[in-house]
Amino acid sequence: MVKMIDARGLSCPQPVLMTLNEIKAGKADEIIIMVDNDASKENVSRAAVSRRWTVTDIGEKGGVFNVKIRKG
Amino acid sequence: MSGIKNIFAGRWGIIGVGIVIGILAPLLQKWGNPGNMGVCVACFERDIAGALGLHRVDLVQYIRPEIVGFVLGSLAAAYLFKEYRSRLGSAPIVRFVLGVFAMIGALVFLGCPWRAALRLAGGDGNAILGLLGLIFGIWIGTLFLKGGFNLGRTQQTHHTAGWMLPLFMVGLLLLMLFFPQVTGEAKSGVLFYSVKGPGSMHAPLAVSLVVGLLIGFIAQRSRFCTMGAIRDFVLFRQMHLLSGFMALIITAFVVNFILGQFKPGFEGQPVAHTMHIWNFLGMALSGLAFCLAGGCPGRQLFLAGEGDGDAAIFVMGMIAGAGIAHNFGMASSATGVGPYGIPAVGIGFAVCLFIGLTMRKSIT
Repeated sequence: MVKMIDARGLSCPQPVLMTLNEIKAGKADEIIIMVDNDASKENVSRAAVSRRWTVTDIGEKGGVFNVKIRKG
Repeated sequence: MSGIKNIFAGRWGIIGVGIVIGILAPLLQKWGNPGNMGVCVACFERDIAGALGLHRVDLVQYIRPEIVGFVLGSLAAAYLFKEYRSRLGSAPIVRFVLGVFAMIGALVFLGCPWRAALRLAGGDGNAILGLLGLIFGIWIGTLFLKGGFNLGRTQQTHHTAGWMLPLFMVGLLLLMLFFPQVTGEAKSGVLFYSVKGPGSMHAPLAVSLVVGLLIGFIAQRSRFCTMGAIRDFVLFRQMHLLSGFMALIITAFVVNFILGQFKPGFEGQPVAHTMHIWNFLGMALSGLAFCLAGGCPGRQLFLAGEGDGDAAIFVMGMIAGAGIAHNFGMASSATGVGPYGIPAVGIGFAVCLFIGLTMRKSIT
């Protein structure tokens, strides 16, 4: 299941907390996190990797990054 | 550009930044800055408040070019790497209040997290109490974060809005150039200067400014944050930022040792007191306020440099807080806490707990 997290306008640790909560919930095997600053983009990616998830894609559109992560 | 960007965001990037700051801070002390105060964001903002006459403690008045450099160095990095984003609107008044109490807590301890690290690296045992307090305060903050605390979303806004703090810093620098320090004089034009005390001790203006610019630049790239270092470890067992903070402490210790600036002990340490409980609780209050506001005082300057207007408000809160702390006898001195320092810490905790407990509205 693909889950979307809208973390636009939020700064860390909120985007990371939201991502980890979703990972912990265990329902999603793919999560797309929307963030709008580079630090959050890096932090979310780092947190996902530390939970053994893979960052599959980071797309940018109009200053918003879509960080796509997948289980395993 | 992207190659360099990745280097700074990686583990060795953040460690490298910690090492560079760990080298430069003790050198700034050797070049003239006060003891164990090569860099202290809280102390330096307090000195700026004094130079502007927002408080009139004549020992601590100087426009610290390092602070100007932190903001403008970050601004330069943000523009160069296309990360400048003007944004604000995430509970600005709350951030101002948190800035005020972060400063009051820091002035009860006599230093921000940066200086707590540098005091430890210079052999000041009192810094251990401060750092333990910092961890305790941040730990309380993480409990609120886990419970859903947040200050709400920011909004993208006019480019100009993000320029306000960088322009304020340019203004401070221009004031210094128009009204330079005159040896032995307590005033030059509109600016107050210290004739004696920590405010009279400083590296040459150009040196301080260049070091500040460099640190601002690399800290923006690496997201260096002394509060985040502890917060991320407590929250996620994430070592990334912590490795940079540790690198700073270890490097500063080695450089202090080489420069003959390492003097172990509790008594007679420069700009420090030995009231352990208040060293602990002062920094705990600061740590809690930084955690709720999402960044240490250095990180707030770097964020303000890349267009974060809310971080700029926090900085203004800290500068106002310095004025309040000194005018109301809340700041400590080498002899111990000020007459109103203890109640101020109590009020600060009450305010921070109120904010932490009540701002849990779900993010929409």
